[in-house]
Amino acid sequence: MLLNLGGWQIKKTDKKSPLKTVVISLISICLGLLFSGILISLTGSSPMSLYKEIIRSSVGSAYGFSETLVEMIPLALCSLGVSVAFRMKLWNIGAEGQFYMGAFGATFFAITFPNLPIYVLLPLMFLGGAICGGLWALIPAVPKAFWNVNETISSLLLNYISFSWIAYLVFGPWKDPKGKNFPLTVQFSKGATIPSIGNTRVTYTIFFVFLLAIVLFLLFKYSKWGYEIRVNGASRNAASYAGMSYIKNVLTVMFISGAISGVAGMAEVSGVLHRMQQSLSPGYGYTAIIITLLARLNPLSILIVSFVMGALTAGGFGLQTIGFPASIVSMFQGAILFFVLAGEIFDNYQIVRKETTQK
Amino acid sequence: MSLSYLVAVLAAGIVAGTPLLYAALGEVIAERSGVMNLGVEGMMLIGAVVGFSVGTTTCNQWLGLGAAMLVCGAVSLIHAVISIGFRGNQVASGLALTIFGTGLSAYLGRKLVGMPPTAIFKEVKIPGLSEIPVVGRIFFQQDMMVYLSIVLVVAFWFVFYKTKAGLLIRAAGENPSAVDALGHNIFFIRYACIVIGGMLAGAGGAYLSLAYSPSWVENMSAGRGWIAVALVIFAVWDPARVLLGAWLFGLITSMGLHLQALGVMIPSNFLQMLPYVFTFVVLVVTTRETKKRRSGTPAALGIPYSREDR
Repeated sequence: MLLNLGGWQIKKTDKKSPLKTVVISLISICLGLLFSGILISLTGSSPMSLYKEIIRSSVGSAYGFSETLVEMIPLALCSLGVSVAFRMKLWNIGAEGQFYMGAFGATFFAITFPNLPIYVLLPLMFLGGAICGGLWALIPAVPKAFWNVNETISSLLLNYISFSWIAYLVFGPWKDPKGKNFPLTVQFSKGATIPSIGNTRVTYTIFFVFLLAIVLFLLFKYSKWGYEIRVNGASRNAASYAGMSYIKNVLTVMFISGAISGVAGMAEVSGVLHRMQQSLSPGYGYTAIIITLLARLNPLSILIVSFVMGALTAGGFGLQTIGFPASIVSMFQGAILFFVLAGEIFDNYQIVRKETTQK
Repeated sequence: MSLSYLVAVLAAGIVAGTPLLYAALGEVIAERSGVMNLGVEGMMLIGAVVGFSVGTTTCNQWLGLGAAMLVCGAVSLIHAVISIGFRGNQVASGLALTIFGTGLSAYLGRKLVGMPPTAIFKEVKIPGLSEIPVVGRIFFQQDMMVYLSIVLVVAFWFVFYKTKAGLLIRAAGENPSAVDALGHNIFFIRYACIVIGGMLAGAGGAYLSLAYSPSWVENMSAGRGWIAVALVIFAVWDPARVLLGAWLFGLITSMGLHLQALGVMIPSNFLQMLPYVFTFVVLVVTTRETKKRRSGTPAALGIPYSREDR
């Protein structure tokens, strides 16, 4: 027993219930929005008008709903990628850069072989995106595996390098010669474009997202590999006693993690933007970290949380129409994560009614 | 390349290194007490926007600096409460602070974009010393915040190694239960160190918007907060080495900019990559070195202290 609060007390517990997790996450989201709202009203704006605009431009209309799904696709893919690394307690926070490098790999095939048929070109772009994203994640993975170099900082630093690389390409060798000097590549051919469903902007990638989430869920839960990365994450020593190679696991886990974010980048240029430009993402790779932590690394929960964060991102674009920067949603997301992290203490503690009265 | 040009590049390197120096010194004190704060990038952004906003409205750069430090000290308390009070994950909490700071600064600065500054830190020539050839131009024709940062390094060194307070801070990061057993309040020490760290990150941010490039642009710190965190590892948590590292990184940035101005045929995007590539390489090399010497990292870094687990 730790603390007496009248008739209640806080006790240590090992019990983890999914219901408790969901309730804590929901409360965290509400508190995070409330906290940001208070900050906004303190600085003289009305938070209610912001919330209204976010809802109006996300889930408030059929178009808004489809835009939420458009945002959900890259968010969910990056989060699934991040979750693979986090399972092994590898803090890969370079999903943003892996997303950009995936877009680079895909764009290479799209503009080099624009006339290939779609069933050849799309798989090539998929591979290009996955391999470039995966290799980019290997750059911090190798020093981590061999010399235990802090992967949090190194993976993050690589983001800035990838931004400059993409900027170099669209301002330089890959610039569309007929593009009136705008920093854009040529528009992708039909064969390089993931088709959309009906007349929305939502592409068929969404089915891949659901499939991947289920596959990862099963792999994490039932496969030997899923078990291995969990043991390696919990204790490197225990894993090596059991004959599991730490180095091999760091490298494969980081490659797969980066490859999934790379595919997200491929899906964005191929399905949504139809070309490569300097700015490809409003920070999907960073939001993915929040989503993954909110979903407690569970691939199926990631789908749900990605939808909520997709709505917030789509809402952020709506806020621009009433004179606020879209990046204001980062404030909401950061605040939500604060409460999630503080709330985690309730995983280990529970409040119970006092059983015996003490004298 | 003429000597005067080289001297100008070196002087500009110190200016470019100064925001890193403030932020990294702040991270040193937080990490020495045992708490990692990856929110430096976010706090620098908040410091930059608050510093610029207050400095420009009051026409006084010192008020801007003070406001930035106060606000960032307060913001860093969020991280302190989560990582000390709630014993939450420090990596995630720091990240949350960075993401939060990116959004908050964009929101606060939405009407400041493109506004001309009314108050900046100007160069102050130190009489006598600034007349020394070469050295005078590099070290003694800088702004007040540069001089203050050097004083701060000396003060940090003195406090860490010559005072009881410094001993307690270092002990809090090495062996918190011993500090607790001696009757000192480990929680107070860590809270105080995080808040001081936050204030210094705010000062680094304010330097960006009041001296380095007086203006406000969304995301203007451009990863400097992360470079500062890496610098701390490079400096093996030592204030004097932080100074050296910050100036070295500043020099690389200013070299990149000046090479562009000289019309060197390297695309500017590659020169912009330089500080990040260099930081990455340095991080790898120093981690290997530190591991060989088995020293440096505070033993309790990143581990929340809990009396019941003692």
